[in-house]
Order: sequence, then C-alpha cells, then structure tokens
Amino acid sequence: MELTNEDAAELGRRLAAGELSSVELTRAHLDRIAARDDVLGAFLHVDAEAALARAAEVDAARAAGEELGPLAGLPVALKDVVVTEGVPTTSGSRILEGWRPPYDATVAARLKDAGTVLLGKTNMDEFAMGSSTENSAYRTARNPWDPDRVPGGSSGGSSAAVAGGLAPWALGTDTGGSIRQPAAVTGLVGHKPTYGSVSRYGLIAFSSSLDQAGPMARTVLDAAVLHEAIGGHDRRDSTSIDAPVPPLAQAATEGARGELSGLRVGIVRELGGAGHTDGYEDGVLARVREAVALLEGMGAEVREVSCPSFDLALAAYYLIAPSEASSNLARFDGVRHGLRVGDDGSRDLDTVMSLTREEGFGPEVKRRIILGTYALSAGYYEAYYGQAQKVRTLIGRDFSAAFADVDVLVSPTSPTVAWPIGARVDDPLAMYAADLCTLPASLAGLPAISVPCGLSEGLPVGFQVMAPALADDRCYRVAAAVEAALDAARGHRLLDELAQRAPSGAPA
Amino acid sequence: MSTPVPKDPPARQDTAGPGRDGTAGPGRDGTAGLGRDDVAHLARLARLALSDEELDHFAGQLSAVLDAVAQVGKADVADVPPTTHAVPLTDVTRPDVVAPSLPRDVVLAQAPAAEDDRFRVPQILGEEE
Repeated sequence: MELTNEDAAELGRRLAAGELSSVELTRAHLDRIAARDDVLGAFLHVDAEAALARAAEVDAARAAGEELGPLAGLPVALKDVVVTEGVPTTSGSRILEGWRPPYDATVAARLKDAGTVLLGKTNMDEFAMGSSTENSAYRTARNPWDPDRVPGGSSGGSSAAVAGGLAPWALGTDTGGSIRQPAAVTGLVGHKPTYGSVSRYGLIAFSSSLDQAGPMARTVLDAAVLHEAIGGHDRRDSTSIDAPVPPLAQAATEGARGELSGLRVGIVRELGGAGHTDGYEDGVLARVREAVALLEGMGAEVREVSCPSFDLALAAYYLIAPSEASSNLARFDGVRHGLRVGDDGSRDLDTVMSLTREEGFGPEVKRRIILGTYALSAGYYEAYYGQAQKVRTLIGRDFSAAFADVDVLVSPTSPTVAWPIGARVDDPLAMYAADLCTLPASLAGLPAISVPCGLSEGLPVGFQVMAPALADDRCYRVAAAVEAALDAARGHRLLDELAQRAPSGAPA
Repeated sequence: MSTPVPKDPPARQDTAGPGRDGTAGPGRDGTAGLGRDDVAHLARLARLALSDEELDHFAGQLSAVLDAVAQVGKADVADVPPTTHAVPLTDVTRPDVVAPSLPRDVVLAQAPAAEDDRFRVPQILGEEE
C-alpha cells in the first residue's frame, strides 16, 4: 500500500522501527498535495519547507537516540480555525486574510510537543458555518469520492485531505456536526469529544457553548490515538473539564474484537426511524440498519428509543449558534488584527467597522450575525433565544432518560450521502438539514462518533454512535466493532475502494 | 425534512425594527418574518454594512429560516430551566501567577494600523468635538 493511503498507526510503527523516515513520509504527502490539491481544494496553506525542516529535526532526534513519543514524525493537518503561531490562520474568512497568530492553540501545541509534522491548514466553511465547505471565502473543497460533490463541512478541507491521501489524519472542529458529517460523507472516522474534554483555547470561536475540536482519521484506532494526544484538562480554557481522558485507543482495540455481549444499544426513532424518515435517503437507512444488525450479531441488545425533543434540535441549534456567533464575531472590528476597510482619515470608527465587516464576511456569516442579533434583541429574546435554551434542556433530559436504559444511542450521521456542489448554496434550510442527526449530541455536549458503514449509490454512509458525557470510550469501542466487522466482511477498508476508483495523481 | 423555499419578504414597514414591537412574539402566532427594513436595522446594530442587493436577498432567506426556527415555540417548557452550557461549571479559578504576555511588537505587527507602540484606530469623536 502507498504511504499516503496507510493508517497512521502503521506509519508510526514504521517510523519507530526505523523502516521509514519522517522526511520521506512528509515528502510523500507534500507530493500528493502538489498533485491533487488543485482539484480537491483541501488546503488553505501549505508550507512544504517548514514541514520538511520539522521532519528532518524529528529524524535527527531519532537518529541521536532521543526518546520520542509514538506520534513523532507523523504528518498532520489542522483545520484553519486552529490558531498556529506564525502560520497563517484565517478561519476560512477574508477578514483574517494574512493573519499570522502570535500563539498556538492548546491542541496545536500538544501535537507539536508530540513531535508531529504540520503539513498545513485545511479549508473550511467561513468561521465553521456550513455543512459543505462551499462557504469558504477562498475555494471550494471537493469530495475525493466524486469531485463534483461536497466533502461535507465545515471541516471539509480536513475530510478531503484525509480521504484523498493528502494527510494521514487531521483535526476538525464540531459545533453542530462539523467533524462527524464531513467524516461520514468521505468514508472517514470522525469523533466529537465530550464538550469540555478537549481544550478550546486558541480555536477561533463560533459558538462557544458548542465548539469542540476532535480527530478525523482513516480508522477508529487512529482517531482514538489522535484524540488522546489532544485531550485532557487545560487551565487556559475555563470550560475545560478537570478529569482524565478515558483510555480510548484501548477501547478501540478491545471493540475491534467484536465482543459486545451485554452492551445495550438504543436506536433513536426521531433520527430516521418510523415516522421520521422524511429527508433521509433509503440507502442511508439501509446501511444503518445493516450496521445495527451487525451489533446484534456481536451480542448487543438493541431496542428502539424515543427522544421526542430531538425534533426541535434543528430549530434550537439555529437560534443558539447564531446568537453566540453574533456575539463572538463582534471581535472582528478591524482594530487589532485582520482586515480594515475604508480608513481614509475622514471616516469614523463605526463606519470603518461596518465597511470592514461588509467586505470581510461572506453571506452565510452575515445571515447568522443578523439572525443572532435578532434572536438576542429585546422583545424577541424570550421567544427565540430563551425558548431555544429551554429546548436544549429538554434534549438533555431525553438523553438522560435514554441512557438510563441503554449504553449508547445510534443513528445515521447524516440523512444523505454527499450532494452535488452548488445544490444547496442558495437554500440555507436545505443546507442546515444536513446537520439533523448530529445536532442533539452537540446541544447536550455529549460525545459522538461517525464510522463508515458502507456505500449508497457509490458514496460513503456514516453510522453515528452517541454516549453519555465523558464516556467517549464507548463511542470508540462500538465504532471499532462496526469497522472491524465490515472490514472483515469486505476484506479491506472502505477507503481502499476509493484508492481503486481514483488512481493516485489522476485528474478528477 | 422539508426544505421550504425562501418566500417574498412580507411588508412590515409599520413594525420594522425588532425590539420596538415587544408583543410580536414570533413563533407564537406564526407571523415570523423579517422585512427589508428589519434586516437593515439589525445590520446597523451589528455594524454590518449591506448592499441593497444583500438586503433584498437576506430578507427573503432569513424569513424562511425564522419560520423554521420559530418551531421552538411549540415546545412545552413550563417550569423548564434554560441550559446555557452543557457543562455546569461555576467559579473556575486558577492560581494567580504572573506569566509573560504576548510580545507587543509581534502583536502590533499583525494590526491593520499601529503608531507609537499602540493600535491606531479611526476617529472616534467628530472633528468638532
């Protein structure tokens, strides 16, 4: 298998064994980026020289006999919402074009300390607002399975990079599904950690009560390893939970043995079940049913669970997230960093601010700022934002009631497979519908993973596993069981079918 | 999942300006909608200049979005407390230790305009003040 299709775990093993150098591995990915990224649009910034220099440092340290961690020398890509010292960071927005942050986000610092090699910053919907990466101010990212389709979003640059062989794994961020949904539609594993279990320090804020960074990878084990590297308490994030990260790689390894007897699995009726199939593709529901049958075959007890408030998750989310965004994005005022427009000496601060934000923000960001401003305004606050917060409580209660009877909840990750580029750009509600299944766990702050469960019409389908707060290990265990069973049945990974379909370096 | 098509903005000139009509309660009476003037007012509050074209476009789209999100009004929330945060943490403190701040020249190098080791901002007060 080519280096650019290999699992990170195997690459790490070869690096540690001295069978492979980090420079060689990094160069293979940079070559792949040079060959494919014109089509895929996965990266907003790549610094080949810096990456190779860093790889050479790691190789030299290894040659000198220094004790290195298991991630040392492995390339990684970071979503451009992650602040990186001296490395351009835009959050997919013109308003931050050219900004080189003066510090590292905690997740970036932890990966740097672990000896990883930063390949570059990945494309995304502007300020992580979107489900297709078409809201990027810079370029449209494309799905390696079909370049005429979206790679999901908002972490669509990360999904395109990892699925397309441009990076072995990547970080994304998930506010309403932005790790899980792009992972699902590109055949990857993506996990949104328990809210507060991965530091938000240095993530450019979208909706602070929801944003979480997490791993996107080719296998459940890789995702678990990457998650362990970034997770854990950070005193620089006041919402960080001071509790140890459960052993995730171990959970993935154990789950892959396929022994699930005693595990209680709940299928959420409101997410694609009876009476709730509007907007769900038949092929998606069929693959999910097959994955559930696999779990039963491995000894899990499966039952249907009803969470009635989930029907209002979309409405609540699209009030809460824009409200928080309208407040968070007030910091982009053209004063301290980024763009400033119209400062000709005659215009006052307010005018310059308005012109800067007009030119610096794209349409979806503007829509959400206006919606959020409305939902928070006097006279409407209770009916909209206040009501949404109460619905959020009801959703949390539905989860609590369900988890009294089951260990994990499952559903499709997204109602559909990847859709054609352009199909939903002028219909915000159609775009928002892509988040239908991922929003409940986001609003409740719970961990949730997406694992590939097959193809529908030749395109990947994701299976979502949700767990109680801080029980991220259950997500990895169940996802690994599904992955191992499906890989064994087909004789290879799902992603290997992409490699067969698109010979490396071939134009789309 | 239904995907409503953006509709024409309703004429609401008389009640334009959210916050002025505190009894409208969108989501309760199904009359949610944002007119062009509403959007212009909100954009001003958010320090966001918008072109005429954007105003027209957003008014229609946001009315459709508002109709959809107004469904939260259907929930029976009597005696339900709001959730502001998934993790109920309070009074988070850390040791009060002096640590270096970001280097001033590095920060100012990223500013749109700097002067005398400070951020330079557009005029805040009018010339005559």
